[in-house]
Amino acid sequence: MTETALPKPIPVTVLTGYLGAGKTTLLNRILTDNHGKKYAVIVNEFGEIGIDNDLIVESDEEIYEMNNGCICCTVRGDLIRVVEGLMRRPGRFDAIIVETTGLADPVPVAQTFFMDDDVRQKTELDAVVALVDAKHLPLRLKDSREAEDQIAFADVVLINKTDLVSPEELARIEATVRVINPSARIHRTTRSEIDLTKILDQGAFNLERALENDPHFLDHDHPDHVCGPDCGHDHHHHGHDHDHHHHDHDHHHHDHDHDHHHHDHGVSPIHDVTVQSISLRGGEMNPDRFFPWIQKITQTDGPNILRLKGIIAFAGDDERYVVQGVHMIVEGDHQRAWKDGEKRESRLVFIGRDLDREKIERTFKACEAQQA
Amino acid sequence: MPTVAPLDLDDHVVAAAFLGDVPFFATASGAIHRLDHGQKVTQAHDGLLACIRDEANDTVITGGEDGKVQRIAADGTATLLAEVPRKWISVVAAGPQGAVGFAEGRTARVRLADGTIKEFAESRSVEGIAFAPKGLRIGVARYNGVSLHWVAMAGQPVDLEWKGAHTGITFSPDGRFVVTSMQENALHGWKLDTKPGADTRHMRMTGYPAKVKSLSWSVKGKWLASSGAPAAIVWPFSAKDGPMGKPPLELGTRADVMVTSVACHPAEEVVAIGYSDGMVLAARFADSREVLLRRPGKGAITSMAWSRNGKLLAFASEAGDCGVIDLAG
Repeated sequence: MTETALPKPIPVTVLTGYLGAGKTTLLNRILTDNHGKKYAVIVNEFGEIGIDNDLIVESDEEIYEMNNGCICCTVRGDLIRVVEGLMRRPGRFDAIIVETTGLADPVPVAQTFFMDDDVRQKTELDAVVALVDAKHLPLRLKDSREAEDQIAFADVVLINKTDLVSPEELARIEATVRVINPSARIHRTTRSEIDLTKILDQGAFNLERALENDPHFLDHDHPDHVCGPDCGHDHHHHGHDHDHHHHDHDHHHHDHDHDHHHHDHGVSPIHDVTVQSISLRGGEMNPDRFFPWIQKITQTDGPNILRLKGIIAFAGDDERYVVQGVHMIVEGDHQRAWKDGEKRESRLVFIGRDLDREKIERTFKACEAQQA
Repeated sequence: MPTVAPLDLDDHVVAAAFLGDVPFFATASGAIHRLDHGQKVTQAHDGLLACIRDEANDTVITGGEDGKVQRIAADGTATLLAEVPRKWISVVAAGPQGAVGFAEGRTARVRLADGTIKEFAESRSVEGIAFAPKGLRIGVARYNGVSLHWVAMAGQPVDLEWKGAHTGITFSPDGRFVVTSMQENALHGWKLDTKPGADTRHMRMTGYPAKVKSLSWSVKGKWLASSGAPAAIVWPFSAKDGPMGKPPLELGTRADVMVTSVACHPAEEVVAIGYSDGMVLAARFADSREVLLRRPGKGAITSMAWSRNGKLLAFASEAGDCGVIDLAG
């Protein structure tokens, strides 16, 4: 294909959640709701999906470590093949949904859509949606790291089966989810019942849309902010095109040890939370300091970073710059002009494990254009 | 001057092949078109994923989203060889004596001419199957290497190990080498006549800017041509150590257009090169001379096949604009 003739990439939604959290119910809802869209669904096994749909593909989870010495560079080999097959006949569906097994690590799934050139050319990761069973979350967090990873990695978290817990328990669950992931949108549901516009077509990895219409990006610093069922976020589409600057990382070996003591952002009302988040806020940045800094942080700490996202104000630059990343993959782009009266500040959230908060805060501050 | 007889199909075309003098074009929707005194169609699958020519009996073998493995004869007749309901068959291979290889998930299977099916369980997904040129033996490409199985014997497979995901596999025509394409932009090779464990057993072929999806051995297996770069990368395999220590030929180099398909001529040291913009060239190994066979079209070239006498070249594209090039004009 020539550069000008590339069709619009197909959006991909990743559905994670522990066994019994309600993924199949949600999937059946997506496939039967009268929304006029057709979905190709990639599942680990056909299981309980009671829908007659030609485009449900069963696929064995196949995690491939890339042969470059980087332990966090993993992709899902089976998805590469299935997506390649599906995309040969793109007229059949409007979007792809990938359902993962209860114990699945969402990272290789997401990275597949960044690291494989063919997949990246034809599809676009839209959002990672995690379902949480309100009743069983405390137990899940106790006995597995995966449940926590799924929440930490998500853009949207559905706290499901809320009818099975008391209002006090629910508040505690929400606060826990918020501690694990301060930037996700949280919705409360019963029987996976949700307005599908709140989980599909989110543009969470799209630099133009990622943070633009999220008025709560700031508020998400507050552990008590939860989007209830009536929380109406406004999700506009932006039709303008930017070239995305992919900052491809070099693959160094990471053999230094992290034995830093870390302070958690908030105190989890439920123990067993090992994921931490670091929310940074600063003034206008010097790009000559910021870019080497983010490269270095993601190269050295990449294995410990699950997600990062932020809006950066550069000194002397009239446009907002947005960045987002998964492990060592970082991409950034100018998004839009700063509005009149909009405070020019830089905000960045890291979600991960064993991150050195003091070092990250100090070095981030050192990237500011005006040194105090 | 070469002339092009176009065939426009409204579909992604997965493969082109000649059966006798009849060109075949297999589409992703499952229709197989042939130009045999007019355009004729066999609906072989509900969704076709793989198509390969079976030299042993001049047919094509196909695998589909419908879980079927079919054999298509020169007259267009389809014969169902095997079926694994609700599984995608994206890997097929043709072997000697009518044997056919196929795979779904972590199971490789070989169907013998009498209908017997042998199963080979792998610990990881089967990404590719190839038959060795001698004896009834298959190589299975998978994560971290290749398994070599004798089809008739239920023994332990020979494990050819190399870290990383191997996505395709081919044997050299003399059976001395196995080469895989990888998820990384590289090929990996093993010299089968070297002791296991010896350093000289491995052949690393790297430097590609993109994944290698098309491989073709030249006449008598002296060279291996590959896609994955803005030129056809052609590795020398006539020496004892294969391409080790020798640079490959780079043929048909273009500034910023990738080679997506290669097909070596059946008799001459010439390779047909298909590009991502639909252009097709032929290039000669001896002096790198190029001949333009087809100007850029609507989509990337996915597959090419020479007629047995080497005078016709069929090409397929992902946008459906296919055709047959007559070299004599």
